[in-house]
Amino acid sequence: MSLGTWVRDLTLGARFAVAGGRSGLLRTLLTATGVGFGVSLLLLAASFPNMLFQREVRESVRAVDGSEQVTSPRPDSFLHLGRDTVYRDDVVSGLLLRPEGDAPPVPPGADRFPGTGEMLVSPALGELLDSPEGALLKERIPYEAVGTIGPAGLIGPAELRYVAHVDFLTPENLDGRGTRYGWSVPAEPMNAFLVLLVVVACVVLLLPVLVFVATAVRFGGEQRDRRLAALRLIGADTATTRRIAAGEALAGALFGLLVGLGLFAAARQFAGAFTIWDVNAYPGDVVPMPALAALVLAVVPVASVVVTLFALRGVVIEPLGVVRTSAPRRRRLWWRLLLLAAGAAFLVPLAGDVQVTGTSIDTVGVVAGTALVLTGLTTLLPWLVEAGVKRLHAGPVAWQLAVRRLQLSSGTAARAVSGIVVAAAGAIALQMLFQAMENDFTHLSGADTTRAQLAIGTDARNADEAREAIDRLRRTEGVSGVIGTVESHVWRPGPLKEGEEFSPMASLRVGDCASLREYAALPSCADGDVFVLLAHGAQGTPDDLFVTRTARPGATVALRDPHPHPSAPKPPKGTPLPQWRIPTTARIVDSRPDPTGMYEYGVLATPKAVDASLLDEPDTQTMVRLDPAVPDAAEYVRNTAAAIDPTAWVRTLKDTERDAAFSSVRTGILVGSTLTMLLVAASLLVATLEQLRDRRRLLSSLVAFGTRRSTLGWSVLWQTAVPILLGLGLAVAGGLGLGLVLLQMGGQRVEDWWGFLPVVGIGLGLIAAVTLLSMPVLWRLMRADGLRTE
Amino acid sequence: MYSGGMSIGHTLLGLLESGPRHGYDLKRAFDEKFGQDRPLHYGQVYSTMSRLLKNGLVVVDGIEAGGGPERKRYAITEAGITDVAQWLATPEKPEPYLQSTLYTKVVLALLTGRGAAEILDTQRAEHLRLMRELTRRKRDGDLADQLICDHALFHLEADLRWLELTAARLDALAEEIRR
Amino acid sequence: MSSTPLLRATGLDKAYGPTPALAGADFALRAGEVVAVMGPSGSGKSTLLHCLAGIVRPDAGTITYDGRELTALSDGARSSLRRTDFGFVFQFGQLVPELTCVENVALPLRLNGEKRKAAEARAAEWLARLEVDAVADKRPGEMSGGQGQRVAVARALVTAPRVIFADEPTGALDSLNGERVMRLLTDASRDTGAAVVLVTHEARVAAWSDREVVVRDGSVRDAEWAA
Repeated sequence: MSLGTWVRDLTLGARFAVAGGRSGLLRTLLTATGVGFGVSLLLLAASFPNMLFQREVRESVRAVDGSEQVTSPRPDSFLHLGRDTVYRDDVVSGLLLRPEGDAPPVPPGADRFPGTGEMLVSPALGELLDSPEGALLKERIPYEAVGTIGPAGLIGPAELRYVAHVDFLTPENLDGRGTRYGWSVPAEPMNAFLVLLVVVACVVLLLPVLVFVATAVRFGGEQRDRRLAALRLIGADTATTRRIAAGEALAGALFGLLVGLGLFAAARQFAGAFTIWDVNAYPGDVVPMPALAALVLAVVPVASVVVTLFALRGVVIEPLGVVRTSAPRRRRLWWRLLLLAAGAAFLVPLAGDVQVTGTSIDTVGVVAGTALVLTGLTTLLPWLVEAGVKRLHAGPVAWQLAVRRLQLSSGTAARAVSGIVVAAAGAIALQMLFQAMENDFTHLSGADTTRAQLAIGTDARNADEAREAIDRLRRTEGVSGVIGTVESHVWRPGPLKEGEEFSPMASLRVGDCASLREYAALPSCADGDVFVLLAHGAQGTPDDLFVTRTARPGATVALRDPHPHPSAPKPPKGTPLPQWRIPTTARIVDSRPDPTGMYEYGVLATPKAVDASLLDEPDTQTMVRLDPAVPDAAEYVRNTAAAIDPTAWVRTLKDTERDAAFSSVRTGILVGSTLTMLLVAASLLVATLEQLRDRRRLLSSLVAFGTRRSTLGWSVLWQTAVPILLGLGLAVAGGLGLGLVLLQMGGQRVEDWWGFLPVVGIGLGLIAAVTLLSMPVLWRLMRADGLRTE
Repeated sequence: MYSGGMSIGHTLLGLLESGPRHGYDLKRAFDEKFGQDRPLHYGQVYSTMSRLLKNGLVVVDGIEAGGGPERKRYAITEAGITDVAQWLATPEKPEPYLQSTLYTKVVLALLTGRGAAEILDTQRAEHLRLMRELTRRKRDGDLADQLICDHALFHLEADLRWLELTAARLDALAEEIRR
Repeated sequence: MSSTPLLRATGLDKAYGPTPALAGADFALRAGEVVAVMGPSGSGKSTLLHCLAGIVRPDAGTITYDGRELTALSDGARSSLRRTDFGFVFQFGQLVPELTCVENVALPLRLNGEKRKAAEARAAEWLARLEVDAVADKRPGEMSGGQGQRVAVARALVTAPRVIFADEPTGALDSLNGERVMRLLTDASRDTGAAVVLVTHEARVAAWSDREVVVRDGSVRDAEWAA
């Protein structure tokens, strides 16, 4: 058959797609929407690497260039301090600047340098500060907003950021001194295990989208079949009708491409409006990788033709109607298993090949293997559903209706669900990879969030100020308890010994008994007591000698460095070195983890035991317990801290800390799998609604003889649930298997066999969502209108 | 050329084809198969048979002793068989029904300003009454009954369809008549 | 004709959108009688049937069934009434294509809470009575239209309803099959004492009834009850 025939028939089919009357047009629109949805998602996925990359680029472009050491003030030099604060779970990043001359460079994104006490804000922050929701934050950032930061200085349009000109920065409390912005970060190759994760994630996310596209080109198939039968009646042969059907699908797919490009262009515009798991980007940064985009644009139309021809395999289009080969071929098992075996053949030999520390990975092998295994699982599903429902027995009416339906045409149901199998199996495998790596990438911080939730550090000029700071925090609204100490150091007095470059020292903490008990197990404590705190080398702390060579009961210690570094500021001349004698009654006590999880060591003193006014450069370390009943308690504390000292830091205590790279990959997968699952749900919903609409007469007559709505509702539920449950079962088995093989690759062990439960939970949620969403249509179709023939 | 409608002569001839019969048997057979509505009189049988005798289509096969005219036994001749075959092969003339009493009544009612719809409704009710009766008979009868009743039912149904159509067009008809 | 009607409707109005389907329709049905509802297409025949059966709530008017005000019942109560007291036969598309004939016929019984075995046994009896026991284990797609309609009749009768609503039950059948369905339907209803509301536009089908009413422009001409 010549190319010309193909072109003629495909064109004819395309004409039918657009000029096939109302129903034909509806079908084309449905297909185009479905395909468009999938295409836009594929394009977004193809843009994701670029988005993450641009984010890093933007971050480095606006950072102060630290590659150049500027040791003394210059006309263009400035002191800078990054201060991030958290406001109701959103991070507000701040850059505090103090120019040292009259020509400081303008920060990226700004059109001028703000005056003293003024700041530039990102549009999102400006909006927040102007709104009632931002009232508390406004107290914390007391500068006057005089301008906005442009895109050049922001990571994304929703970023909360300010750049302020402050006068309190000194060489003592800064991050550094700079003269220009822009910091080129050497591209750090991603860890091989992370790459493995990304590769698997891509395959896992994209396969369901392809499955969805394949489903979408089959929307409205029954109407199309009737039209094809009419074509046969006027003399088209079987091959021609198939090509015409393919042409129809092709037209739908091409429209879908257009819709997809449109949706993608629209979605780009909104990329900045939403912050999903910390990802927020400028439209200009959402650009698909060219090769991937080209692949998407080429694969979709071709796939639509192939899928249509494949779908019409078991269908005989007769002039007077469509006959689905009455005894459909029994689904065979062997080639489905062959796919699985081929996938395993790719993956198993790679066992142990991927080193956690390495950076190279056999990408092709992993992609091919993973894709084959997941495809194999998908193709296994129709066989499984067919074999599974055959064994189901009739129970209650709703169950009977559902089971009989599935027994008669399990293919439709299986197709709709196959997307779930890929997504779920893949997600389970990923989950296992995650769990295995959680040990490598997640450090248990050791923090005990029941003892305190925030840690605050403020500078103080003297002990009174430090005490005052603690008191202010204690009085802050929403604070139910404070662990506060004034911190300084003690030095060994006297000359340096041979080989010493500086005097041995230990830290000194002054606080009430309750606060001190947070650092040590104290047998008893009264004001006036002193303790020598030893950590015995726990957590990498120095051995006890480090403390005891300076601080021992009865020893005299200096409260200021007797041999300060030459560059340090000199104390006023003639002030004697303040000294203090550690009482002989001081007890040696064992360190215990403080609320942040750290073992501290040094000297602990109650207020009456030492004259705090003698302490050198005291600062405060405060940890607070919040009253859970006060909703903005944390915000009040942060405001108090900022009021005490604008350079204060506030840290939220967390039980675990994640490696940043790890969490960004995790973020990507979470975003992707959420969208994928939604897509699967959408195609399931369309299939269910189509089926309901096809049976509107039947539904009406069932209602006529008194069928309860709930009975039909349950039957829809079972009809959705049975294939999904079978699919999830398959996905759990397949996903665990795939995960196991992938873990073997990195020589890792399974950490948690139950990691698939959330995925199963999502699947069950999908069943519920699809059933619930089809209920309104079911309700509507069950009205008697369907019975009207006149 | 059409045959002359329902012909008792041809019917009796046809009944003789299966074998010779007495006049009395002939009447019973005719009544049983065709005469539900109008049974034959004996007189009709004798006059018809004597005409057939005269034309040589039947012969007297024998006479039972001591019997009246009904004891004559008739047999069909070759000419008679040919005559039956010819009659069956000749199509019946379709009844054109161009002169319908009902139509006349409707037009008259419209012309005289009486309710034509009521006439039609009354007629419909009457038709349906008859149809119900025929249906009942069909239900209780054998296949022959069913065929005969169906014939009548289809005709009555045709009438009814005409009634429906006329009822739907009464307004147009009234306008045309008054013009 | 003195007995009180089993089902009586007075002054029914029903409109779908701007077009009125029923306008002041009256109707009465005695226990055990077969009434044909005739009329040209679009006259509101089916709408009348839907209202009488409690499938559709009329905009105005009252329907009394066995002393109960049908229009005042809740949707659930009307559904339950349809399950227990009414049976339905439609023109086509009423059998669940996935279920076998026995299962289809047993369906109303099972909706009433009967056990599967018992329900299917009774369904099989009815299939035999309607001369379709040969296709008991076939699906609707695997039999002729006439067989399918007889299965539908069996399903309407299986709950021993007091009223059967039949909407063009022979509409999709040829004369001979239509004949057979009507004979079986009316015979069975006479045997069980069920009344039948038979919507049809064919006089030959209507002739199986005891009397007929004519719906024209949404109102009913009922020679017997109009006065």
